[in-house]
Amino acid sequence: MFDLDRWQEILNAIKQNKFRSILTAFGVFWAIFMLVVMTGAGNGLINGVTSGFKDFATNSAFMWSNRTTVAYQGYDRGRWWSINNDDIESIRNEIKEIDVISPRLQGWNLREGQNVVRGEKAAAFNVMGDYPQYRKIDPCTMPWGRYINDEDIRERRKVCIIGENVYDVMFDEGEDPVGKYIRVNGVYFMVVGVFKSNNPNINIGSNKKETIYLPFTTMQQTFNYGDEVHFFGFTAKPGVNVQSVVDEIKPLIKKHHKIAPEDDEAIGGFNVQSELQTMEYTFLGINILIWVVGIGTLIAGAVGVSNIMLVIVKERTREIGVQRAIGAKPAVVVGQILTESVFLTTVAGFLGLAFGTMILQLVNVALTASQAQASEDEMTFFANPEVGLPLAIASLAMLILVGLFAGLIPALKAVRIKPIEALRHE
Amino acid sequence: MSKSIIKVDGLHKSYRMGNNALHVLKGIDLDIKAGEMVSIMGSSGSGKSTLLNILGILDNHDRGDYYLDNVKIERMNETKAARYRNNYIGFIFQSFNLISFKNAMENVALPLYYKNVSRKKRNMQALEYLDRLGLKEWANHLPSELSGGQKQRIAIARALISNPKVILADEPTGALDTQTSYEVMEILQEVNQMGITVIIVTHEDDIAHRTQRIIRLRDGLIERNEMNGKYQPVTTSEIFTTN
Repeated sequence: MFDLDRWQEILNAIKQNKFRSILTAFGVFWAIFMLVVMTGAGNGLINGVTSGFKDFATNSAFMWSNRTTVAYQGYDRGRWWSINNDDIESIRNEIKEIDVISPRLQGWNLREGQNVVRGEKAAAFNVMGDYPQYRKIDPCTMPWGRYINDEDIRERRKVCIIGENVYDVMFDEGEDPVGKYIRVNGVYFMVVGVFKSNNPNINIGSNKKETIYLPFTTMQQTFNYGDEVHFFGFTAKPGVNVQSVVDEIKPLIKKHHKIAPEDDEAIGGFNVQSELQTMEYTFLGINILIWVVGIGTLIAGAVGVSNIMLVIVKERTREIGVQRAIGAKPAVVVGQILTESVFLTTVAGFLGLAFGTMILQLVNVALTASQAQASEDEMTFFANPEVGLPLAIASLAMLILVGLFAGLIPALKAVRIKPIEALRHE
Repeated sequence: MSKSIIKVDGLHKSYRMGNNALHVLKGIDLDIKAGEMVSIMGSSGSGKSTLLNILGILDNHDRGDYYLDNVKIERMNETKAARYRNNYIGFIFQSFNLISFKNAMENVALPLYYKNVSRKKRNMQALEYLDRLGLKEWANHLPSELSGGQKQRIAIARALISNPKVILADEPTGALDTQTSYEVMEILQEVNQMGITVIIVTHEDDIAHRTQRIIRLRDGLIERNEMNGKYQPVTTSEIFTTN
């Protein structure tokens, strides 16, 4: 209910000491402003980092071979070895917790000079050998054509799919690449598709945009990799801990290759799930920090409001006494002080919220503009700083609560004023 | 005589000042009938303000009985005390105690605000009272724009608006010059003739002599309690004829 008399009193109290009211309100304003800007910046960081791999299979891991570090069964330490097709086969057969497994070849030795040629166009690109399953780990969209399929693998077709940059360099803009041939290290491959990864920030082995994917089996045969597998990725079945699968795979491979069971270095790996978990804890830490600092500042602001309200009560002792003498019930006085306190904090807080959101919006606009100019390969670690509606609602609730708390002590003090104090002659 | 509006038996009140107890009222017996106009006199420290505070339920007494309109007033919570004050008692203060940011009309209407009377209704009533006190054209002025006499008349209107049974006036003329003092006393006499009991604390003899009864306090006891032979009721009651 709108009570004109109550608001008249509040506005009068604020108006009588404009400067003091503004300084007091500034404490709360600043707290909310900081909270909004910091949360926005934190969100920007999180958005920026996570947007680069939002689609990447989070329950996945990659493994590869390293030199052994322990002598075992007559083999010296420091031996080179390689994962092979049999390993993949036995992992696929024996470890039931694996959803998909995708062995990969990395043609690091193929990138030399201008290894990719099409007519008069020539450039250096990476070449990878892949299974169709890889798309389950690192999802992508296909602006042109299709992904590698099982037929390609079985028949060792000389086909390839190419990254966005490869398309840009080797083809004219808008030209349909499907069915066209390119020469990769002296061998012709028919382009069947162009892929565009959903997770441009995760590059394993090569920059995906500048990479040509061949069917795994085709690449093994064509470029003489025998039965070698350079590394492989897999995803665990839902609900299965990726690390437990890694721990199952390692002994299996070690047994095949006569590697000491205690040799932890011989098999390298990257567990996406645990890395993401670490990152999530970091983000959680950032968020906790933001809220601790923000709420701390808000408390400081609230103490300021409380302090000023105490002064206001002191100043108005006589007035409150008179009001009590002519029939104001304690509840009216308490309500008056609390309303005033809540009003001051809420208005200040809302200005802080509005101003903070405005700053974030400006940053966002500037960011979008600078991103438009930056080259596409540049990784972004800061994107779309924002605060959500929940934060706005939470801070509104928080402000009212803070206002109530800030007004509580002054209000109780106001109630303790005896009406006789107003009657004392000055 | 008519029934008692204020009846006090053996009233004691002490204040604690550090380790010493200051015994201010040492057994006051008082009986004020409805419709009386009484002044309480005494030098400073005689306990007259303390007595007024207790009568106005602004302060608690320690011992003795106090009946206001035959209701025993005891230690009560503030909400209840506020309701009694609002319904039974109108206060007039030496320093007027008007709310500085409210205009004359709003000041007069304030007690009705605490009774939850709607704004329109209470402002209308306030205007009516201001009109009777000849201040209608000052209704929209702030207290700072008014003279002392005008301010006290607004305070009287404020005290009257809640239809109290008793008006308690603490040195109502203390801050006014003689001429204005007499005008204010005249108004209070007229208020009294409406049937409202008026109790005035003063230390000015000429003010006291304009009341029906003079009670003199000395060191917390009633020294003398006498009818005022010289009392002359105002004959021309122009202001409150409508009541």
